[in-house]
Amino acid sequence: MKILVCISHVPDTTSKIQFTSDGKSLDTTGIQFVINPYDEFALTRALWFKEKEGGSVTVVNVGKANTEPTLRKALAIGADDAIRIDAEPTDGFAVASELISLIATEKYDLVIMGRESIDYNGTQVPGMVAALLDWPFVNACVGMEVEGGVATCIREIDGGKETVKASLPMIVAGQKGLVEEKDLRIPNMRGIMTARTKPLKVIPSISNEVATEAIKFERPAGKQACKMVSSDDVKALVDLLHNEAKAI
Amino acid sequence: MNQESNVKGGEFIIKETQANQVFIPEEFSEEQTMMAQATTEFVDREVWPNKHRFEKKDYAFTLSLLKQTGELGLLGIYVPEQYGGLGMGFNTSMLVCDRISGATGSLSTAYGAHTGIGILPILLYGNEEQKLKYLPKLASGEWIGAYCLTEPGAGSDANSGKTKAVPSSDGKSFSITGQKMWISNAGYADLFIVFARIEEDKNITGFIVEKGTAGISMGEEEDKMGIKASSTRQVFFNDVVVPAENLLGERNGGFKIAMNALNVGRIKLAAACLDANRRIITESVNYANNRHQFNQPIAQFGAIKQKLARMAMKHWISETATYRAGQDIENQIASFEAQGLSPQQAKLKGVEEYAIECAILKVHASEAASYIADEGVQIFGGMGYSADAKMESAYRDVRIARIYEGTNEINRMLTVGMMLKKAMKGELNLIGPAMSVGKELMEIPSFDLPDADTLFAEEKDSLKNLKKAFLMVAGKAVEKFGMHVEEEQEILMAAADMLMEIYHLESGILRAEKIMAMGKDASLQTDMLRLFWLEAVEKIASAGREAIYSFAEGDEQTVMLMGLKRFTKIRHNINVKDVRRRVADKLIAENKYCF
Repeated sequence: MKILVCISHVPDTTSKIQFTSDGKSLDTTGIQFVINPYDEFALTRALWFKEKEGGSVTVVNVGKANTEPTLRKALAIGADDAIRIDAEPTDGFAVASELISLIATEKYDLVIMGRESIDYNGTQVPGMVAALLDWPFVNACVGMEVEGGVATCIREIDGGKETVKASLPMIVAGQKGLVEEKDLRIPNMRGIMTARTKPLKVIPSISNEVATEAIKFERPAGKQACKMVSSDDVKALVDLLHNEAKAI
Repeated sequence: MNQESNVKGGEFIIKETQANQVFIPEEFSEEQTMMAQATTEFVDREVWPNKHRFEKKDYAFTLSLLKQTGELGLLGIYVPEQYGGLGMGFNTSMLVCDRISGATGSLSTAYGAHTGIGILPILLYGNEEQKLKYLPKLASGEWIGAYCLTEPGAGSDANSGKTKAVPSSDGKSFSITGQKMWISNAGYADLFIVFARIEEDKNITGFIVEKGTAGISMGEEEDKMGIKASSTRQVFFNDVVVPAENLLGERNGGFKIAMNALNVGRIKLAAACLDANRRIITESVNYANNRHQFNQPIAQFGAIKQKLARMAMKHWISETATYRAGQDIENQIASFEAQGLSPQQAKLKGVEEYAIECAILKVHASEAASYIADEGVQIFGGMGYSADAKMESAYRDVRIARIYEGTNEINRMLTVGMMLKKAMKGELNLIGPAMSVGKELMEIPSFDLPDADTLFAEEKDSLKNLKKAFLMVAGKAVEKFGMHVEEEQEILMAAADMLMEIYHLESGILRAEKIMAMGKDASLQTDMLRLFWLEAVEKIASAGREAIYSFAEGDEQTVMLMGLKRFTKIRHNINVKDVRRRVADKLIAENKYCF
């Protein structure tokens, strides 16, 4: 099975988020970037497929050269080769547009990625890729097996789970459950050393699709002090909710 | 940027080193960084959340972690590839040792004993058969190693051990009998490096002894103050027959093996303190940010900020000097190999060259870590005294660092002792510079001011003078006592204090300078460096006085004290309180150690 795992290069979850002085982009000073955790579940599941059913695992990222360490980490964990599409991932549509031509040309059997990236949490790319390619798509996938070119996937739905079947090739947007946190792999030292000998191909951007443009980022306003109202003074509470919070 | 250092071991005291001649942690490659991060990921996932298990003496847990580090490749990082390792450079092995050691002294000790004094004697002194037979097992973690040097009557005086190795009449084997104590990893070791004396040899000899050999027995696990789940037992050898081919290195050559393994052990111990420091500082900042008293987080109080800043400063300086020396060793090894030495000889001599630095780092790093753990407890207040918080075990665990790998007293004396020996052998020109300092003392002091346009002009000028202060004190002491100065331990220790501060100060200046040369902001690093500078000058002045009062009298004393005053005089307009607050504010904003 020829598998492609799409990897986002995102700030570590403990990062303190600051914006540049013009407010137009993230200030990356001192920020450690990691493989998007949702994508890491996808990558681990892909490696299981490879180890059990055979095949290959390619990782791809849409980004500039600064994202290569993240791809090399994926190689260190066990991916066979990596591709970087040399473009700024401006929005979900731009990323999806870059990915589809690669996927179509390389004829992957399965494309897995995280259901969202933890930086902008757009949750757009997997669905867009599937739609643009007109391939089957399973979102919020928490378990999957493949037999004879047919995938049986479990996906999370409101209040329960749904089991669906789809023929390969297909797009899967995964999350925890696809594998568990304890299954995530720490690259071993030999893996890190072999990562430098594995192919990392850079291909030029093929799409100029930009649907949106970031004008400004701002942090949420700080929390205001809590106002305490005596439990028998309902009038004061109503007054505050109506006149100050304008909630009622 | 693996620049070849042209400053040999110990030469820092007489030579000026440039920023482009030192390695700084900001230069670690992507691959090295990935290795460090993977190690941290392992510790964060498997070790840190289970910290309580070590306090309950869960030796089996320590062993299982060692096995896991073997699977990750962390045990064989420095072992050449043909012996089943990864063949990485010395400083990479330091980096891994740093990151694996931060969560608990139990794993740190077990890892250090295995990869340092367990593997290294075979790696550095083993013959081809021994290396092929044992190193792959040790590098993978299939076997765990232990190092049996200390005896009830032979601790710091390691060569005085009473363990005997009696050769068989056919010369094919030795029978080892003796008692070894404080043996790390003993409980789960598969292989012991044992030092014993053959007949009436002057020195001890090293042997490789496998666990299953008849006649080996163990004492109970020691009940220790800290590093509770690191196995520490006595090991008894009663007529343990070891084949002659298991003799390590040369007969009568064991003391050298023991000492060279300890050189590496010392610098590795300095590395092993580093991530503990980072974790303690991070825990402390986080606690101080969350603990409210008098309606504000205690992190906002100057008394706490002062502590946080000094903790960060001490760690930053330790880290700086440790990786500087680590890379110097790596470069020296490469240089020896280029000169035609075998990789084994090059590794051995490369570390030996920087034995002075190894001892300096061991002392300084273990004392910095002790300070940091102590203040960690203090910031936690009552909670710090509770075994429920992580500070209590950190405080107990760190205490051993000042004792093992040679006590800090032994190491202090070694630093100066080794330097004097190098001078006597003509390997280090101390006499010339010491004489010119003596001459300078008789002259009118220079009133030239350092060029204010040069980066760190005042600090560098002061550094030059501090080196003179050391040369003055050490030079006069040698003049007075000759080689008997070795008996003047108090003076040697005071001189060692001066030497250590000088090495660390120089390292700090060069790191801050190099960060700037890389085009990065180093303002807070400069702050930490300056804080260290002020403290180092005070310490050097105080240690210098201690030495001078101990051996100089009358006019000589007066001249030396005046000289010391001249050499420790500094010009600055640093507001220490503001500088500390700046450093602390950054830690507080980031809620973690961040330099």
